[in-house]
Amino acid sequence: MSILVNKETKVITQGITGAHGLFHTVAAMEYGTEVVGGVTPGKAGTMVEGVPVFNTVADAVQETGANASVIYVPPPFAADAIMEAVDAEIPLVICITEGIPVLDMVKVKHYMKGKKTRLIGPNCPGIITPGECKIGIMPGYIHTPGPVGVVSRSGTLTYEAVWQLTTREVGQTTCIGLGGDPVNGTNFIDVLELFEKDPATEAVLMIGEIGGTAEDEAARYIRDNMSKPVAAFIAGQTAPPGKRMGHAGAIISGGKGTASEKIATLEECGVKVAKSPADMAETLLSIYKP
Amino acid sequence: MNIHEYQAKQVLRGFGIKVPRGEICFHAAAAREAAKNLGDGPYVVKAQIHAGGRGKGGGVKVVKTIDEVKLAAEKMLGMQLITHQTGPEGKIVRRVYVEEGCDIARELYVSLLVDRATSKVTLMASSEGGMDIEEVAAKTPEKIFKEAIDPTVGMTAFQARRMAFRLGLEKKQIGQAVKFFQGLYEAFLAKDCSLVEINPLVVTGSGEVIALDAKLNFDDNSLYRQPDIRAMRDFDEEDVNEIDASEHDLSYISLDGNIGCMVNGAGLAMATMDIIQLCGGSPANFLDAGGGATREKVTAAFKIILGDPKVKGILVNIFGGIMKCDIIAQGIIDAVNEVNLTIPLVVRLEGTNVEKGKELLKNSGLNIIAAEGMTDGAQKIVKAVAGTGV
Repeated sequence: MSILVNKETKVITQGITGAHGLFHTVAAMEYGTEVVGGVTPGKAGTMVEGVPVFNTVADAVQETGANASVIYVPPPFAADAIMEAVDAEIPLVICITEGIPVLDMVKVKHYMKGKKTRLIGPNCPGIITPGECKIGIMPGYIHTPGPVGVVSRSGTLTYEAVWQLTTREVGQTTCIGLGGDPVNGTNFIDVLELFEKDPATEAVLMIGEIGGTAEDEAARYIRDNMSKPVAAFIAGQTAPPGKRMGHAGAIISGGKGTASEKIATLEECGVKVAKSPADMAETLLSIYKP
Repeated sequence: MNIHEYQAKQVLRGFGIKVPRGEICFHAAAAREAAKNLGDGPYVVKAQIHAGGRGKGGGVKVVKTIDEVKLAAEKMLGMQLITHQTGPEGKIVRRVYVEEGCDIARELYVSLLVDRATSKVTLMASSEGGMDIEEVAAKTPEKIFKEAIDPTVGMTAFQARRMAFRLGLEKKQIGQAVKFFQGLYEAFLAKDCSLVEINPLVVTGSGEVIALDAKLNFDDNSLYRQPDIRAMRDFDEEDVNEIDASEHDLSYISLDGNIGCMVNGAGLAMATMDIIQLCGGSPANFLDAGGGATREKVTAAFKIILGDPKVKGILVNIFGGIMKCDIIAQGIIDAVNEVNLTIPLVVRLEGTNVEKGKELLKNSGLNIIAAEGMTDGAQKIVKAVAGTGV
């Protein structure tokens, strides 16, 4: 078992003919993901890597039965691409694109209200259920199937965490990168809820960073609703206030969103927090034996 | 991106926001002339730097005559203005804004920002103007009022009105305040702001509602569609290395320590800074080389790190996923040769083709210290910088 994606997931790529879209679509196919088509306006009727290209998401869904879409469209057009996928009622949309204007995402969030789609990202590495389905830019080989759910706001730091698990022979059910933007789709609580319900997931590793209050809300959710052990790490203990640390969302502003605040809240709520990023897997394994 | 107060006021004027009349000056003589043009005093001379708290540091002077304006400008221009937001080294004042004085009856606070919790633009205001709003929020949260704006209909008149009443404005000011708040929201949307802050918003003795100070921050992701705002960027206000980095599409933030860091990915870069500190060292920077770390990017990154004279050693921490470790290793070797590196360099590589990458570094003949894992890397660079050898 796993959450959100598995062997049955049929994926289309929005922006399949772009350099990024193509590169990662090929990598996903090599991993075993069932990619059924792509969308690039004006390129309908052509084939890319053996799959058909469509002008619109609606056409792609109708012809292929896709139930997930991954977006590699450049930032000025990415918000529109998300809304097109939402309009086509694709259940799961993963937006990899980095650098989407915040006010575009404010509109997207509003547009999505009451619709059927779940959005992951933007500015995220994607989602992977090891051995079954990889959607996004993460290197597939560092993952291995197993009982731990991983959820994170980062990219390479997630790889680091997953690699720590894999080298200790602890596999993962599903790994999700939520992305580093201030306004995004799926949040920690959404994923924690899914992991709690998933019978195959036995424990969860959560990786947060400075900025916002998502980790604090997640901490309270864990305290009140989760029976499975959760360990965490918060990046940015040495980050100064008022400086954007790469991610648009990773900024301490108005004295809010510091690492120490988040760590204290998580610990109060019974989450074991790793002091060092080198100890993420060890910290989880100190409270959970697979 | 940030702009100066006088630029912010110029932008807001375009949206019907009332601001005091003023002129930007680069010389003391021009300041005197500007005051003359404004008519009778009093005048306010305000240092223009990208930091708050200017008044306490001597960056804001209220004077009566045009000669006093000249004197105040002479003192300010070229001074190292230190405020709680500049750090101990302060910022050099290169321009002053000369404004007409203002008869203040009430000082209020108003701002607009994107509230992450609701994913909506939010109007926030308080009757405690001129104060440090963070302190007001911490001590008397009941004195801060909020209105979340629906993205499809924008700021409604009733929301603006409700805010005006909550702030205790008088009947004759309500209409003005509604226009003011709606103008701020229009500016926020049109210019892709991440923050609009008016502190203080002033009610004058004659009952006018005006912005006495103004701070605008912009969403970096939107600058591609805001050429007017891009043109207002003042490179003097930014760290030279940070400007250099942005030209190479690298994300770099200068810090106080002496260990330079080069990492791929923002989260891992922050985590690397953290582990250096845990091992007793102090990071000199945040540097995210991004996912596609090419040879050119790696070289540029090395040059930027070495451009900081505080740097006594460098830690490279790369988790090669899509990028293969052997390619990254070759990039590091080329870069080290090109920049003539003389300080200790510790490299931690993990990921695809890691063995090939390590082999390349080992056989390069360069003085590169290899590390196994993040802790080992941090410990080795801290030791090397402390001069105890490894």
